[in-house]
Amino acid sequence: MPIYSDKVMEHFMSPHNVGDIEGADGIGEEGNPVCGDMMTFYIKVKDNRLEDVKFKTFGCGAAIAVSSMVSDMAIGKTLDEAMEITPGKVAKELEGLPKNKLHCSNLGAQALHKAIDDYRSKQKGKGGGKK
Amino acid sequence: MRKVYLDNAATTPVLPEVRQTMLPYLDELFGNPSSLHDWGDAAREALAASRNQVARLIGATGNDVTFTSCGTESNNLAVKGLALARQKKGKHLVVSAIEHFSVMHSARTLEKMGFELSLVPVDKYGAVDPAEVRRRLRPDTVLVSIMMANNEVGTLQPIKEIGRITKEHEIVFHTDAVAAAGQLEISVDDLGVDALSLAGNQLYGPKGGAALWVRKGVRILPQLDGGIQEEGRRPGTENIAAIVGLGKAAELAKDNLADRAKQMSRLRNRLLKELPPRLGHTDVTGHPTNRLPGNASFVTHFIEGEAMLMLLNSKGIAVSSGSACTSRALKASHVLSAMEVADELAQGSIVFSLGIDTNDDDIDYVLEMMPPVVERLRQMSPLYAKYVK
Ligand code: FES
Repeated sequence: MPIYSDKVMEHFMSPHNVGDIEGADGIGEEGNPVCGDMMTFYIKVKDNRLEDVKFKTFGCGAAIAVSSMVSDMAIGKTLDEAMEITPGKVAKELEGLPKNKLHCSNLGAQALHKAIDDYRSKQKGKGGGKK
Repeated sequence: MRKVYLDNAATTPVLPEVRQTMLPYLDELFGNPSSLHDWGDAAREALAASRNQVARLIGATGNDVTFTSCGTESNNLAVKGLALARQKKGKHLVVSAIEHFSVMHSARTLEKMGFELSLVPVDKYGAVDPAEVRRRLRPDTVLVSIMMANNEVGTLQPIKEIGRITKEHEIVFHTDAVAAAGQLEISVDDLGVDALSLAGNQLYGPKGGAALWVRKGVRILPQLDGGIQEEGRRPGTENIAAIVGLGKAAELAKDNLADRAKQMSRLRNRLLKELPPRLGHTDVTGHPTNRLPGNASFVTHFIEGEAMLMLLNSKGIAVSSGSACTSRALKASHVLSAMEVADELAQGSIVFSLGIDTNDDDIDYVLEMMPPVVERLRQMSPLYAKYVK
């Protein structure tokens, strides 16, 4: 029995939204404290919505599938909606993850949230604060 | 799709001749060797023959071979059984930092029972320095256990030199030869060891048949309580079919050892030499030459082993990795850590373990399939992006 669900394999074999965004509005980088891996999310924001999301991941099959799924889930959402993407929801969309790989889904959600935080703090910095 | 199995360190296939020899023992020759009738006689005879076949592989005598169920059991029995039989003399053990978990964790269990444990470090090639073993010996040292060859990085250990030292100090010396048996010439007297573990499923025999050889006159405490099977060292009804399979596999290994090793070494050298330049940013792990004929192991920078393994699997190639992500405990391989390979690099571990059927076409196929796999993961890797900048 394969350790990963079909959905995980699908995203792992052909991940969506791999890459970076030139002049991204926000960048979030998260290291995995458990195994030492790393994810970087890039976001493009328009009218308070995630117009584009891209990622780079150094990690296992689950981490790559998680990144792909998180990017799919995030694109088109408002920033507040995207902040509601939790590791649990990501794992559920992936039709489950092995127990010892659940931490990889934390990594994905956190990296995305960090990118949004980064965008928001930049906005504040600009003094515009178009929250 | 082409299928290339290069994970023989996990387990080897069972040779057809081995399987054939086993079948009658799953059929009409089902007797229990403890029984006194014809059925028992036949089983006893099979046991004795297998014992001699295993002994021949390691240059020993059959009577000193104890059958167990797997390499892990052999190592548990050796480490715990030899140490516990000597605890009146002392409670200090010496093992290397790169032992298989069945040795390492047995030693840790003894530690919890009041033994003291000294770990011998390895150099960057994963080799133990005999002088480092000597430095750790104490008057109360009762057991030294150092593996003959490491299963992850392939490095051969200086067992003979260590054997000389332990003999001088009259300390019992066990070697885990599970990875080595069937790939290296073994003579227990020449090595100067007192106990040696091997397993059938690493030498084209079945799972369930393994052995621990213990030198005549060396006391060992059984780790199972029961009857007098295996001279009381390993009670329990013998798994005759598996033991017969192990015996046949040992015989074939002995008879073909030189040819097998020669062929595997040649193909291994192709991988060691040709793969790194094709991939770039790839280092051989383990000793460049003094290594198991079947082991070619590497670390590839910027990417992670499990992802590599899965992509290769989708191309029909089976390998393994010592990356943290591939381990259940999510810890980098203790072998690579002991060799002071940085955690980030250890993540890119990939291990090819060749078999006796591996051929040039298999190696060509790997050499062709690896670069796009690695390239694809690098394109995804934030570490690679940083490096390129
Ligand atoms: S990234 Fe290491 S286990 Fe998933």
